[in-house]
Amino acid sequence: MASIEMRNIVKQYGDGYPAVNDVSLDIADGEFMILVGPSGCGKSTLLRMIVGLEDITSGDMVIGGKRVNDLAPRERNLSMVFQNYALYPHMTVFENIAFPLRLSKTPDDEVRRRVNEASDVLELKEHLERKPANLSGGQRQRVAMGRAIVRQAEAFLFDEPLSNLDAKLRGQMRTEISRLQRRLGITTVYVTHDQTEAMTLGDRVCVLRKGKIQQVASPRELYEQPVNLFVAGFIGSPPMNFLPATLEGTTLQTPFGAIALDEQRAAAVRGRELLLVGIRPEYFEDASLVDEVKRPVGSVFRARVDVTEWLGDSQYAYIPYEAPEAITAQLRDLSRELDSEELRTQAIVSIDSTSRIREGRDAEFWLDSRKIHVFDPQTGENLTRDAEAGARLTQMATEDRVEQVEHAQATGQTVGSSMLSGPSGSSGTSGTSGPSGAHRSGAA
Amino acid sequence: MRYLFRPPGTDGASLLALPWHQPLEEWDPDLLLEVPQRGISRHVVRFVAEQGRVFALKEIAESLARHEYALLGDFEAEGLPAVSVLGICVDRPGGQDAILVTRYLEYSMSYRYLFSRPSARQSVDQLMDTLVVLLVRLHLAGVFWGDCSLSNTLFRLDAGALAAHLVDAETAERHPTLSRGQRHYDLDLARERVGAEMLDLQFGDLLPAGVDPIEVADSLPVRYERLWEEVTREEVFRADEQRYRVAERLRRLNDLGFDVGEVELVTSDEGARLRVETRVSSPGQHRRELMRLTGLEVQENQARRLLNDLRTFRAWLEQKTGAPVSEAVAGIRWLAEVYQPVIDAIPPDLAGRLAPAEVFHEVLEHRWFLSEREGRDVGTTRAARSYFSTVLPRTPPELTTPSVIAKRP
Repeated sequence: MASIEMRNIVKQYGDGYPAVNDVSLDIADGEFMILVGPSGCGKSTLLRMIVGLEDITSGDMVIGGKRVNDLAPRERNLSMVFQNYALYPHMTVFENIAFPLRLSKTPDDEVRRRVNEASDVLELKEHLERKPANLSGGQRQRVAMGRAIVRQAEAFLFDEPLSNLDAKLRGQMRTEISRLQRRLGITTVYVTHDQTEAMTLGDRVCVLRKGKIQQVASPRELYEQPVNLFVAGFIGSPPMNFLPATLEGTTLQTPFGAIALDEQRAAAVRGRELLLVGIRPEYFEDASLVDEVKRPVGSVFRARVDVTEWLGDSQYAYIPYEAPEAITAQLRDLSRELDSEELRTQAIVSIDSTSRIREGRDAEFWLDSRKIHVFDPQTGENLTRDAEAGARLTQMATEDRVEQVEHAQATGQTVGSSMLSGPSGSSGTSGTSGPSGAHRSGAA
Repeated sequence: MRYLFRPPGTDGASLLALPWHQPLEEWDPDLLLEVPQRGISRHVVRFVAEQGRVFALKEIAESLARHEYALLGDFEAEGLPAVSVLGICVDRPGGQDAILVTRYLEYSMSYRYLFSRPSARQSVDQLMDTLVVLLVRLHLAGVFWGDCSLSNTLFRLDAGALAAHLVDAETAERHPTLSRGQRHYDLDLARERVGAEMLDLQFGDLLPAGVDPIEVADSLPVRYERLWEEVTREEVFRADEQRYRVAERLRRLNDLGFDVGEVELVTSDEGARLRVETRVSSPGQHRRELMRLTGLEVQENQARRLLNDLRTFRAWLEQKTGAPVSEAVAGIRWLAEVYQPVIDAIPPDLAGRLAPAEVFHEVLEHRWFLSEREGRDVGTTRAARSYFSTVLPRTPPELTTPSVIAKRP
């Protein structure tokens, strides 16, 4: 296993268009990194440059300390998982996993050892001697993963592996991939356009836009401390609401009433005529249901509800608002860029599922003003981002990962006992550094 | 539901009555046709016959179906050897996957068939070379296959030689040109899949003794490199060699099954530098000429063979009548007096095992064989009769093409 370091990577096509533009990213040994963004953001191109499918226009691609720019895909020893789903009917499940080793003439006892270890992790042990005809959908996918595991590659790479599965299998596979990666502690790069996959799978997520990195951070940091409007709008479902606002003293005037800022945040946003306030749906509540203790940290406003959507465990209210043409146009552009259909001059507000707020009537809402962010509409920059708080969130995720890997190792759930050890650290948005303790197992 | 198909749409229209709203797995077996010549598929695939034509139906995610539909359409327009796509059915009820409909490649054989017969006329070498020609052709056209395997290829006889056709473009990608990395990666995938398929045959006791799956798989990159080099290399030679070196190169490319588009020759004091642009489509000049003269649609080598026979017939006519006979007249008379009588004489129980043009080619071979043995020309009629009673019955019945089975009462 290995770390993957990218230094100022550029991919320029014949027409001069930079599909990937000056990307520097460090993926720690054993880390699960997600590359996410809307179509055309460069995530697949970046993955293809790691694999060796695309020539690198400039910059360095370093895998396990070795520059690989000029190496053929095979010489990089990476494994594209799910590249081959085919099950061969005359071969047992064992042989269906083992054949890549057979083709490289690996000695029999080594083949047996590796396949047995992989089948332990994948819980395929009792199926090994059977023919694959009767495997379930999930088991078939695990056979494909087994093929990747026995190769003992430096890293696993996934290119939108779940996009063509039905919803149920997709959920199952997400869990499988996550569990597997934890147990093996293998460096993993996973490309997706689906922010739910990004948020549930990755140790860190790299959000790309038009070939450039926007932010690299843990899912929680992206959610709570996004660097800009793009990341804020891309991460989260339903998406963050953006309201036009002006600052008067230390108070924001918005279509949903006045929102008070503390002096520090007010100072950070001052000096701009127009602002955008970002509020996640769950920062709202039906005012009549808010705890008296919480009430003072937020503000209350009245608005007419267009539609409510009751989902049993949760409920959403849709509240239209007025916005100046400049803001409406910008939000429309943003939705288009995010491949989203949302009409953004309508706030989506989460309310308790017991709330009796009705469609077509005025109702009183509360919003938690501590958690809002204020953006510069021109540059998209998040003016109220707390970088330190963000870095703490990503640090926490790193600690969780190291602990999970150690737990898997301690309880003997891994392939090769020497394969895993922590810690491999990462912090903040500036990439990773520091020791990475994982080393290759037995027969390297 | 929504159906998309390309004109001519008459094929598509005849399929509309099928139960598209049901999962393919639940279709009434009476609607379906058993097709023995097929590889491994991870999707549900079924075959149907409508008005004497056979179609393959594959259930896949809509995005993949649309992608494959578009690509296969392009491949056909460019003359790349791939199955012909008819259309797709999307928006099926209950959120079901789309169905992609392709025309069955008549008279084709799967690798399972070709390998599992010890008496196979085609050697493993020939099969691998044929696959490599297909891969090189696709790569020249900027197509990254992503799933090059024997399962995704069908083979057809073309006057004794084999021709490979792509039957699955689900994972294929189109690029202006392929990078070296893409070509090598595609080749790595092909090597692994072919190796696995051969191992699978071996586990099923379907591989002739003496064929080593790993050796065969490992030979693929070697064969590929040799052919790629041959097809794309730039040559430098002395100015005085120019004339024969160019001719030699072009003949060599034609022998390998490639057509040449444009030749660039740059001369300087040091000599000449030759670069040839290889056409991605399979050669088709004989095919087109035979089509023009007779209306017959056959493969390239078959066409060359048939045209030779047609020319001999024309010379014989001119000699007999003592006057010139036009090409067009010779074509019509050859079709009616030579070709068609042979085809019509194929015994009904042996029909469909080989394509008609392939039968004609084999009859010509047989005629040569008989004539040599007897020391005189035995004539086509007698050769055909002998061929039908002694040679054609040895062609296995499982080769019978589905459209002929479908037409049986």
